[in-house]
Amino acid sequence: MSSQPRGNVIIDVEECKGCGLCVESCPPECLELAPELNHYGVHAAQYTGEGCTGCGACFYCCPEPGAITVERLIPPAKAAVPPVPEQEVAHAATL
Amino acid sequence: MEGYQVIHEKSPAFYTRYERKAEMQNQTHYCPGCGHGVVHKLIAEALTELGVQDRAVLVSPVGCSVFAYYYFDVGNVQVAHGRAPAAATALKRANPESIVMAYQGDGDLAAIGTAEIIHAANRGENICVFFVNNSIYGMTGGQMAPTTLVGQRSTTSPWGRRSHNEGLPIHVCELLAALETPTYLERVSLHDMKNIMKAKKAVKKALQIQKDGGGFSLVEFLSPCPTIMKMDPVVCRKWVGETLMKTFPLGVFRDHKPELPVDAKFPHKTIAEALEVADGQTVDLVPRRHHHCRDLTVKMAGFGGQGILLMGQLLAEMGLREQMEVSWLPSYGPEMRSGSAHCHVILSHDRIGSPLLSQPEVLVAMNELSLHKFGPTVASGGLILYNSTKLPEGFSAPQARVVCVPASEIADTMGSAKVANVVMLAALLEETECLPTESAIAVLEETVKNPKLLELDKQAIAAGRDYVDTQIEVGAVSQPDGYSY
Repeated sequence: MSSQPRGNVIIDVEECKGCGLCVESCPPECLELAPELNHYGVHAAQYTGEGCTGCGACFYCCPEPGAITVERLIPPAKAAVPPVPEQEVAHAATL
Repeated sequence: MEGYQVIHEKSPAFYTRYERKAEMQNQTHYCPGCGHGVVHKLIAEALTELGVQDRAVLVSPVGCSVFAYYYFDVGNVQVAHGRAPAAATALKRANPESIVMAYQGDGDLAAIGTAEIIHAANRGENICVFFVNNSIYGMTGGQMAPTTLVGQRSTTSPWGRRSHNEGLPIHVCELLAALETPTYLERVSLHDMKNIMKAKKAVKKALQIQKDGGGFSLVEFLSPCPTIMKMDPVVCRKWVGETLMKTFPLGVFRDHKPELPVDAKFPHKTIAEALEVADGQTVDLVPRRHHHCRDLTVKMAGFGGQGILLMGQLLAEMGLREQMEVSWLPSYGPEMRSGSAHCHVILSHDRIGSPLLSQPEVLVAMNELSLHKFGPTVASGGLILYNSTKLPEGFSAPQARVVCVPASEIADTMGSAKVANVVMLAALLEETECLPTESAIAVLEETVKNPKLLELDKQAIAAGRDYVDTQIEVGAVSQPDGYSY
């Protein structure tokens, strides 16, 4: 399981305007603009599928309220513990 | 995804769909790479984290963010250009429990709204102002803003801003930091992740200050406008960090609650106390329709100092007391002192369209000048009350009935020329029967604080009423040409 990425990013292509700020901001460089145009005529951002750490940089750099959703891997040992302080941890990690 | 938990997602402080237009309700209207979306996101998250979404009120400005009310699921008001701090003041004072945010751009806040922001900050209003500075007018197409950099081109500074012609960029945080009253002033930037996180902290801090009743806070965001700057979003963001930030250095310009002198406290009244009803008691707001209250349009005129405007005010107050619709339109200007003064009063059961009267039903002429000047304007079948025992030679107003009431003489015999207006008011009430004289007494009791003067006014009311009652004969011919109404 060590090859499983720590994070996951979901991009709503209906909401993405293709500005590219998330691609530029991503520390592990795991986002890219799709080579093909979507039906709005923009190259929407997409996740390459590997390397996401769940840092949240793309989320905060994205100007659309809901275009990006970031997930983080639940550590196997803590899987049963309710995830209360996760958000604060995430912010600390990004600073 | 299975095995993962969501750590960042769309804030519940946003609507799920934006109903501004029929199509693309999942997107904001901002251009790709616009800074507004990021600021929106930071505000929305802070509202949720502080648990104040249900009592938050956002004041949308004029500018690209004019439609912020389509995005934030909070109380929303959209105001005139630059007036957000003034409207926010009212919202906060009317409902101190609310969390009021003024959202403004640089054209809005630093140009047309300069007065509002300075005075709101100077009053230390307990509001948050979020000031998005992109150094240009975005919505209108790239005109020079007060924050435009020296040398920066815009449609109204096509050769670049020149300091000798357009002045230097206005530094709003530094300007407001010169005041003693603001609590928190910080400039942040949206040009990279690290700075966006600092901005997030600043937004939350500003809202926390308001939540704690801490006073005025303003967060200035240096923000990219890729469309107007004609740059790629990524390049424009770099430009913010490399160029815009040089002119507008980041930092905290104020971070302490001001120590203000302790003022005398205003008496605080609940609405029930102000209306003089028991708490929980309902107040009947259905207008009473007294049959003895008559619709009337009155023009009153005379010398400045004769109490013309006061007479009109008293009449209007009486109408209000009887729950009629009223208007009182005074004349103003240098003519008032020993010149001519006049006012228009309308008493009506219906809503009043215009307070201006071109053909009044009643003219109260307190001097000859006014009689000559306004007599001919009286409506056909109207009434003229003239302050004398007889009409001047050569005056004629055949369309109206004229009643001469020597109010000034009557007032003189009572010992004070000041009450001539009250004598005339009583005569007007008696002659037209538009409102009961008891109402006049009640209004005088409320407005005249000096007991001696009040007594005199009451006598004047009686004198005016008696004069009309006893001295004016019904159907008296008062016109020199023998016209009888």
